[in-house]
Amino acid sequence: MPQKLDYLRETASQTAGPYVHIGLAPGAAGFDIYGQELGRDIAGPNARGERIRVEGLVIDGMGSPVKDALVEVWQANADGHYAHPEGGGPVEEGFRGWGRVITDFETGEWGFDTVKPGAVMGRNGRMMAPHINLWIVSRGINIGLNTRMYFSDEEQSNAVDPVFNLIEWEHRRATLIAQRSDRDGIPVYRFDIRLQGDNETVFFDI
Amino acid sequence: MKPAEYYQRDRTLHPPALTPDYKTTTARSPRYSLISLQNSVSEITGPTFGHSDIDPLDNDLVRNYAKDADPVGERIILHGRVLDENARPVPNTLVEIWQANASGRYRHKKDSYLGALDPNFGGCGRVLTDENGYYFFRTIKPGAYPWRNWVNSWRPAHIHVSVFGSAFVQRLITQLYFEGDPLIPHCPIVKTIPDPDAIEQLIARLDLNATIPLDAIAYKFDIVLRGRRSTLFENRLEGN
Repeated sequence: MPQKLDYLRETASQTAGPYVHIGLAPGAAGFDIYGQELGRDIAGPNARGERIRVEGLVIDGMGSPVKDALVEVWQANADGHYAHPEGGGPVEEGFRGWGRVITDFETGEWGFDTVKPGAVMGRNGRMMAPHINLWIVSRGINIGLNTRMYFSDEEQSNAVDPVFNLIEWEHRRATLIAQRSDRDGIPVYRFDIRLQGDNETVFFDI
Repeated sequence: MKPAEYYQRDRTLHPPALTPDYKTTTARSPRYSLISLQNSVSEITGPTFGHSDIDPLDNDLVRNYAKDADPVGERIILHGRVLDENARPVPNTLVEIWQANASGRYRHKKDSYLGALDPNFGGCGRVLTDENGYYFFRTIKPGAYPWRNWVNSWRPAHIHVSVFGSAFVQRLITQLYFEGDPLIPHCPIVKTIPDPDAIEQLIARLDLNATIPLDAIAYKFDIVLRGRRSTLFENRLEGN
C-alpha cells in the first residue's frame, strides 16, 4: 500500500431546517436571549459610498416564495476592500461587510440596507465588478447555496467581470443582476433568487 | 503574505441538492450544475468575530434562558475542536448551535408539536473557539421528535451547528447526532448523505473522561472545515 495522505475530511453539511432562526436570529423565532444579534448592521455608520437597499424573494420550483430561509451577505466596502486581514486594504471603523437576513414568515420578502460595494481585485489582477456574495440556507436546502448579486447600473464593469464571463450560457448571467429603482430618494435593488425552474439563479461551487 | 486558495470541496461526501426521500428538497433544489469558481478575495475572506460580539454566558444553555429553575432533562457537555482538513485548529471562530428541548420541542413560534415547552430553556448558544480551536457548550440533551415527511418520520436527537471558519468558502451548517441513537439509520435527513463515513463523522461520541461526575455527561464533536494551501508564490498562483 502506498503511504496515506493524512488529511482530514470536511464535515458533511446538513439542512439548516425550518427553525434556523432559533440559532442565528432568535428574535425572529419569537424570543430575546442575546445582548445583541449578529449581522444586523452590515456597513456601520462610518462607511463611505452610496447607501442602498437590497430586496427580494427566494422562490422555489413551484413559483412560491420560500418563507423560512436565511440569507447571509458578504461584501466589500466602497473601496473594494473586505473587512478581513486578507481583504485588500483598510475599511472604515465599524464596517463589517457581513449581514444576516431572514425571509418574512408571511410574505417571504427579505431585504437589507448597506452601502454599494466597489470593484474588487480578482485573480491575476483582473478587476471584478461590484458584487455582493450571498449564501442561502433553509429547510430543504441540503448544503448552503452560494451566489453573487451584481448591479444593473454597472453594465460596463459587468461586461468584463471574469466570474460573470465564466458563465457559458449568456442568458443565465441575467439571473445575477439586481435591478435598480428609486424609492423616496433611496436606490433599491431588486434581487429574486430562484432555486429551481425557469430562470434558475446561477449558483457557484466555490 | 499573499492569499492562497482553499482545497476544493469534496461534494461526494455532502448531500446532493435533490434527495427525494427528504421531500422538501424536491422544489428547493437547483437543477442546473453549480458553476465551479476558483477562489478570489471574495471567497477567501469572511467575517471575523471578537469577544465583544458575544456574552460569556452565551455557551451555557442550562443558564442562558433559565428564569427561576434549571431546564428539565439530561445535562450534557458538548465539546470538541474546529479543525481544518490539514488538522490545524481554527481559532477565534464563531460556533452557533440550536436545538429542541428535552421534550423534542423548539422554542419557535412556528413549532406546534405537542411536546412541552420548557420555560427555562431557550435552545440556542454560541461561543468563539480558543487559540487551539477548542469550544464547549453546556446544554440539555434534546429529545427526538416527529416531523411531517413520511407519516411516521422521527428525527433522531440532534443539535444544529453553524460554523464560520476564516473564509466564506468554509461556511458550514450541519447537525450533530448522539452515539447509540437507534433513530439515526432511519432518518431521511441523515440519509441525504451518500457516504457512510461522512455520516459517522456527524455522530458525537460519548466522552466519559470529560463528564462532570454527579452533574453532566459529555459528548465530543470535532468539526472539520476546508483546508488551505500554503502561501501563494508568483510562479504558482494557486499556492502549494
